[in-house]
Amino acid sequence: MPTVELRFAALNGHVRTARMIATAVSRRAGVPAGAADEIKLAVTEACARAVRVNRRHSPDSPVHVALIDTPDTFTITVADCGRAGDEVAPGPDGGLVTASTLLDLEPEAADPPWWSEPSDDDSAEDSAGFPPGLGLALIEGLVDEVEISRGPDGVGTVVAMTWHTGVDIDVEAAPYKTAR
Amino acid sequence: MDLSLTTRQEGNHTVVVVGGEIDVYTAPKLREQLIDLVSGGSYHLVVDMEGVEFLDSTGLGVLVGGLKRVRAHEGSLRLVCTQERILKIFRITGLTKVFPIHSSIEEALAASE
Repeated sequence: MPTVELRFAALNGHVRTARMIATAVSRRAGVPAGAADEIKLAVTEACARAVRVNRRHSPDSPVHVALIDTPDTFTITVADCGRAGDEVAPGPDGGLVTASTLLDLEPEAADPPWWSEPSDDDSAEDSAGFPPGLGLALIEGLVDEVEISRGPDGVGTVVAMTWHTGVDIDVEAAPYKTAR
Repeated sequence: MDLSLTTRQEGNHTVVVVGGEIDVYTAPKLREQLIDLVSGGSYHLVVDMEGVEFLDSTGLGVLVGGLKRVRAHEGSLRLVCTQERILKIFRITGLTKVFPIHSSIEEALAASE
């Protein structure tokens, strides 16, 4: 059973609520400060992505977040109700592509493909001129373990992010763990 | 914590001091500010990120959008940031190759001379 579970309407304003809750729960779980920053950003990206996906395909469906604290790990799953695999850009090896590949930021490429994307539409909710997989690419760069899977009954996508907070792996965690 | 924005003129540069959280909810405010500056003829911008507590990919998108706009006028957009947690985001996304990042406003202004 998750430590804390959260369901919210697919609105941008609630992404911040989810972030605050994840921050509070991770603090209570005693994760080290560095991981706490990563958790904050990763949960924001995963929720913002889920909000976009739901708003496109299933605006009345909520985004589901589960926070799971075990002695050695801290896991967050974020599930949307959109089309399976929406806003997921898998790399050739089946893993996620990295942000720099996605942005095509080769030193000689002064104008990567996303560069010419017009961003004058101020009402656009999506990040201007950025490829849709960027949020996940950022997560991939931040999180110890990321698993992307199809939701139950083939509906939506589940992003599972795990940080190793146990003493054997992260020495910084030791004072927190012994203090518990 | 909301987003705070103040601007001031330093020679032919406009310094934008950003504080608080830049996320999907507050990023439009920063986007508007950058658009207003460029439409008002300010093409050399220095964005001071030292007071930024949180930045997500939406915020990165707005900064990239601002860079595109000033570049269209042969201008520049420099960032001031020494916070490791924010720098890490620019590194992960490879945007350190796109934005000149400085450790102080003075350094950013000097580099732009």
